[in-house]
Amino acid sequence: MSDSQATTSQATMEHEAHNPALLHHFADAQQQKNAASLGMWLFLVTEIMFFGGMFCAYLVYRLAHFNAFAAASQQLSIWMGATNTAVLIISSVTVVLAVKAAEAGKRKVLVGYLVVTVLLGMTFLVIKGFEYREKFEKHHVPGATFKFTDTFDDNGKQIPVNPKEAELFFSLYFAMTGMHALHMIIGCGLFSVLAVFAWKGHYSPGYFTPIENAGLYWHLVDIIWIYLFPLLYLISRHS
Amino acid sequence: MASTVIPANQAQAPAPKLNYLNNGHSLKSWLLTTDHKRIAVLYLISVTVFFFLGGFFAMLIRLELLTPQGDLMQADTYNKVFTMHGMIMVFFFLIPVVPAVLGNFLIPIMIGAKDLAFPRINLLSWYLYMVGGIMISHVMLTGGVDTGWTFYSPFSTEYTNTKIVEAGLAAFMAGFSSIFTGLNFIVTIHRMRAPGLTWNRLPLFVWANYATSIIMILGTPVVAITIVLVAVERLFHLGIFDPRLGGDPLLFQHLFWFYSHPAVYIMILPSMGVISELITCFSRKRVFGYNFVALSSIAIAVIGFLVWAHHMFVAGISLYAAMIFSFLTFFVGVPSAVKVFNWTATLYRGSITYATPMLYAFGFIGLFTIGGLTGLFLATLGIDVHVTDTYFVVAHFHYVMVGGVLMGYLGGMHFWWPKISGRMYPEGWAKLSALFVFVGFNLTFFPQFILGYVGMPRRYWQYPPEFQVLNVLSTAGSSVLAVGYLLPMIYFLWSLKYGPIAPANPWGAAGLEWKTTSPPPTFNFDETPVVTWEAYNYDEIPAPKELEGPGER
Repeated sequence: MSDSQATTSQATMEHEAHNPALLHHFADAQQQKNAASLGMWLFLVTEIMFFGGMFCAYLVYRLAHFNAFAAASQQLSIWMGATNTAVLIISSVTVVLAVKAAEAGKRKVLVGYLVVTVLLGMTFLVIKGFEYREKFEKHHVPGATFKFTDTFDDNGKQIPVNPKEAELFFSLYFAMTGMHALHMIIGCGLFSVLAVFAWKGHYSPGYFTPIENAGLYWHLVDIIWIYLFPLLYLISRHS
Repeated sequence: MASTVIPANQAQAPAPKLNYLNNGHSLKSWLLTTDHKRIAVLYLISVTVFFFLGGFFAMLIRLELLTPQGDLMQADTYNKVFTMHGMIMVFFFLIPVVPAVLGNFLIPIMIGAKDLAFPRINLLSWYLYMVGGIMISHVMLTGGVDTGWTFYSPFSTEYTNTKIVEAGLAAFMAGFSSIFTGLNFIVTIHRMRAPGLTWNRLPLFVWANYATSIIMILGTPVVAITIVLVAVERLFHLGIFDPRLGGDPLLFQHLFWFYSHPAVYIMILPSMGVISELITCFSRKRVFGYNFVALSSIAIAVIGFLVWAHHMFVAGISLYAAMIFSFLTFFVGVPSAVKVFNWTATLYRGSITYATPMLYAFGFIGLFTIGGLTGLFLATLGIDVHVTDTYFVVAHFHYVMVGGVLMGYLGGMHFWWPKISGRMYPEGWAKLSALFVFVGFNLTFFPQFILGYVGMPRRYWQYPPEFQVLNVLSTAGSSVLAVGYLLPMIYFLWSLKYGPIAPANPWGAAGLEWKTTSPPPTFNFDETPVVTWEAYNYDEIPAPKELEGPGER
């Protein structure tokens, strides 16, 4: 940047003396790594609080309208949800393997795992898309066209349900899974960029903080799904 | 080194050292800077613009309320005006003002670092703030919002047809700006302190901003998701807060105040940090009970998260919940009182000088005490039922948010202006403006306590004629206050060119920021300082001649 050219002394000298990835305002690479890692964990805290608002709403409404929530939950496709859970757990494994590869300095292995992670993320999103389509077909999307008549449980017993309350369930379903899917999309974008950088050789055993931090993000998004799956799909499915 | 670039007409002046202000003059060197000090200056300019915009709406409100009839504007317009006043002042002025301007500028210097931990994220914060600011300005110019800054559902989600979504997203952007600022501060304070600068040696301003940052990163995401839920409810007809679907509008209020009550501490805590610095400097004494003042900031941040439902005592929450929240609200008064008592004890047998920053500090203590104690009135369930949604509440939170925050901010601006600009402000004018602010503020808001107590509700554009006298007093006071706020802007700008050159440490103050030049170089220090002394070691620092106080040493 033009203004920093004038400042000769310190910064430039430090840049030359050390790792090129070390930014001027840090004393050493360890301090930079610790700062980045703490920053990422704090960001994850904000993400937990962000989703926490919706989990709080879910908790309140599930306690208030349990029967409707149970009946509406039965209409979700448990097989698609379970497949997606498996896809995400596998993708978490590939992320861990990517970090491992970065640590060992295996560039091609690293790129491979990053690409596989993105592909698994996209698989999740495609399956999610099919689920959403099913909701449209069954008129389970909240709004003027919403209909809910499926008030029988798996054993054919009638559940006394207010369809309006089922609409509330589907509102939460779309808000929570939609926000989660948005985070998945951001994650896929992030890992695609990292894959390109990794291909160009930006990372080394001495510097792979971005891979680690993006991995933390991906794990958090996975964990959120691991909570969403039982809370949304498995209400009263324990017969 | 720099001598070759000095223009001839400045050659006789002391050789201007390369500092953060003259290190690059292009627009790009400002708009793409990652220097925390330049970003602080960008924030300073933008929050000032929004402050005067919000103040303009405040003046419209006061003018409308000059007479009992609705003669200046109609009810709809009035609703939009007080909403804009609230939104701009809360999200675009009070929340960012002290952390983003003074905190941004000072925290890295105070802890002996070259910059914040994430300089580019710091710049991103400012851009997010500006995007939010442009959006709210766009809302303002294209029809406004009429819900009040609180966006209460179901009015906001179902009924109003004003620009809720865009205004909400503007607040969302400002919120993310503040999340990133808080995250940056926490990481910086944890990881970037100079050698020897232990937690117990940190300036209290840093402690206060640390506590603020905790609230920012824990609270702001919750209001962010609340705004998103309101937006999807309007855009996609999801029914999260819709009572027809069994949704609960009260849930909105819980989620909203879970952030928006702690947000008051986001505003006041950094100002309290400023006041701690001012009181100890102008008493020339180590602050009384350093550990208590430091930890009371953390205590306020923690307990402040547990009091939100006191905004909802009459909204239909259970009596038992109300009693617990009432108790907790009294409880949060304890750490605030610890601060006030410790400041007062610091003054005792101090060598006090009445420089402008100190006048603001005194003003802060007085106004914050009134604002805080009337907060306890409101925490009392019986009184709260009587004065909910009256001008009593308006007066109370203005005493804290305007009396408190602005006194701290202006005190801090005067105190650190020599460091920020390298120039001294004119002391006489500054004292006059401090007087105007103090008198104008009390004249504006004290009558509102009485108005509220005798029953004038807030957010109405008309009122019965018997309330007029007090309303006229309040409007007159707001004009005095406006002069008090305009003066510093004028003489600060004047001092940039005509003010005397500031020495490195004009106040004889402790703290690392006074050990570097005024204004500081781009990387703050020529070499990383090593701290071997406790904070506020005023018995080891000689007072500058002009500040020798009359008190005993």
